[in-house]
Amino acid sequence: MQVTSRRFKDSAHEALHDKDIQSAFSKVKGGFPVARAKSAGELPEFEDLRDQARDLKNHILENLDYYLEYFEDQVLLQGGRVHWCSSYAEAREVVLDICRDANAKTVTKGKSMITEEMALNEHLSAHGIEPIETDLGEYIIQLAHEHPSHIIAPALHKTKDQVTELFHENHGKYGFTERITDPQALVNEARSILRDKYVNADVGITGANFLIAETGSTVIVTNEGNGDLTQSLPKTHIAVSSIEKVVPTLEDASLFLRLLARSATGQEMSVYTTFSTGPKRMEDIDGPANFHVVLVDSGRSDLLGSDKQDLLRCLKCGACMNHCPVYQAVGGHTYGWVYPGPIGAALNPHMVGLEESRHLPNASTFCGRCEEVCPVRIPLPKIMRHWREQAFETQVTPKPERWGIGIWAFFAKRPKLYRLMTRVSARALKLMAGKKGVIRKLPLMKGWSSVRDFPAPEGTTFMDQWKKQQREGK
Amino acid sequence: MPSRDRIFSRIRHNLGRGPLEGEAAQALKARIEGHAPNIVPKRTNIPHKEQVNLFQAKAEALAATVARISSFDDVPEALRDYLTAHNLATRIKMSPDKSLDSLPFDKTPMLEIKRGAAAPEDEVSLTPAFAGIAETGTLCMASSPETPSTLNFLPENHVVVIKASQITGTLEDSWERLRKTYGAGNLPRTVNFISGPSRTADIEQTLIMGAHGPRRLHILIVDDGPQD
Ligand code: SF4
Repeated sequence: MQVTSRRFKDSAHEALHDKDIQSAFSKVKGGFPVARAKSAGELPEFEDLRDQARDLKNHILENLDYYLEYFEDQVLLQGGRVHWCSSYAEAREVVLDICRDANAKTVTKGKSMITEEMALNEHLSAHGIEPIETDLGEYIIQLAHEHPSHIIAPALHKTKDQVTELFHENHGKYGFTERITDPQALVNEARSILRDKYVNADVGITGANFLIAETGSTVIVTNEGNGDLTQSLPKTHIAVSSIEKVVPTLEDASLFLRLLARSATGQEMSVYTTFSTGPKRMEDIDGPANFHVVLVDSGRSDLLGSDKQDLLRCLKCGACMNHCPVYQAVGGHTYGWVYPGPIGAALNPHMVGLEESRHLPNASTFCGRCEEVCPVRIPLPKIMRHWREQAFETQVTPKPERWGIGIWAFFAKRPKLYRLMTRVSARALKLMAGKKGVIRKLPLMKGWSSVRDFPAPEGTTFMDQWKKQQREGK
Repeated sequence: MPSRDRIFSRIRHNLGRGPLEGEAAQALKARIEGHAPNIVPKRTNIPHKEQVNLFQAKAEALAATVARISSFDDVPEALRDYLTAHNLATRIKMSPDKSLDSLPFDKTPMLEIKRGAAAPEDEVSLTPAFAGIAETGTLCMASSPETPSTLNFLPENHVVVIKASQITGTLEDSWERLRKTYGAGNLPRTVNFISGPSRTADIEQTLIMGAHGPRRLHILIVDDGPQD
């Protein structure tokens, strides 16, 4: 997809003055994070599972080639096909070829971030094949010709009234001429239109949350059931996945499944978790006759062995953005490429280049919430800091910001001084914030605080609180 | 260089090694074949009877409905009662599975039973489960010529029959059962884990039931005797 991250500052400014965006994204706080905290609290093993998940992902990455080959062998054994693609361009061509072989006119699509990255829909459309997004959120933004603003809730930025208008404009041709406003009725209308699409599609394209080496299965996780209708009704099923999604065994997938939905929406399990293995079997009376797995690298392998390898552990759960004060303030589109929020700020510079996205690693208050909730404990603030340093070193950053970071670096390299400074400024900031606990303006940092409120610290630093708790034996 | 080679050589180059061979490869193969469980929540370390109760409570919390019946012979009437209570169609598409062959539908002449894969006009499906997972109130469904998976998704109302003895504690228990039935390293074409009826929160984060899959999920648990 086209990168607009260069506009970050302008986009952020616009987003902060857009009341629809403000109302949509400020609502996030009271939803996903609350549900996550509840379900994590109800599972005593939750924190241990996170440690184990982090370690297992590291093990997989260290042995990625082995598990990918094992996976490939199993897919072939089950009668499926595997296509390896270094680049987006190659992956687009492979998918197009499969669709052409199937004489496809329409393809239904389950939600998939990798096909967003690849800009697959545009490519298929340009070649006369109609892609139809079936996840309700994806369907809505496809009608609006927009991109996802959240990785698991792609139409988060759309208001109900906007959906009403979109449906009214686009559903007349199916005989739905009334303007409807009730959310249930809106869902029903989309449901009945998409029903025919599932049944008549020639190819179904899904992503994959996991690839199972042991069995050669691709796994999707949804709440709507759209992914299952997409992959079970058409004659051909294409699962597109990036290479780091492979896991060794079914038991290993279980570990990640226990974390994924809890971290994302606070559910213990998403409604539908489906393992697809090969094409339909000889005697089967439904299921796809052809099963293709398209494996895309496009930059992943370059992260291996780098100081940003940890990014490859990402489960795409969305918890980091759900808990991010910056994301809640500026919304998803401001980040300017597929991944918004902290994961976007940390990953996009690698995927689209630091030059394009140099503002993103600054889109952080370094409050650390993202790392606190990341199910696989990706050190997102640290990676953002690496990017900032890299931008600074390679002179990608303009002067005033360089000056600010220079000071910060001076203190950061001197832990004692740094602690003293943060202690003093934590108190000062608390005083400035007053009762509301939010700071509207910061001296010398207008560029920063003119577009966001700076959440005031509690008045003591983390290190102080930590020491105090240690003393009190907490 | 073909892409496959390019990707593998890049992975190995960046990991600073060649292809894994000998002992290193053996260890990974053994890890897969051993498929040891990771941390498994203790929640389900309870007697089987309580696991069944937990399964029911969890499923209900997910907005599924559950009825307990004492034998397969009661399925037709329980199904009829459910359909009547919700004012639903009485035409049923049922899995062509042996386990359902002997259901006494002569007791419920108003029910019209057809068997096969799902068609767009089907409003109610009746399918057997492969297993139930108490931990989360989840059904495990395995596809086969007799249990086509489209029946789990296309009709608006999905009724599932499961024996109490098929309900176990965890996801891992389902994997063991599947391996026993299909052989290690093999799965049926489609394994669906189903936790409640379909839903979406894609319009202003408001929860709406019945997005694309079934609006209603009704589970009939057949109490087939003590398991402990
Ligand atoms: S970085 Fe962590 S929290 Fe963010 S989407 Fe990935 S796994 Fe989830």
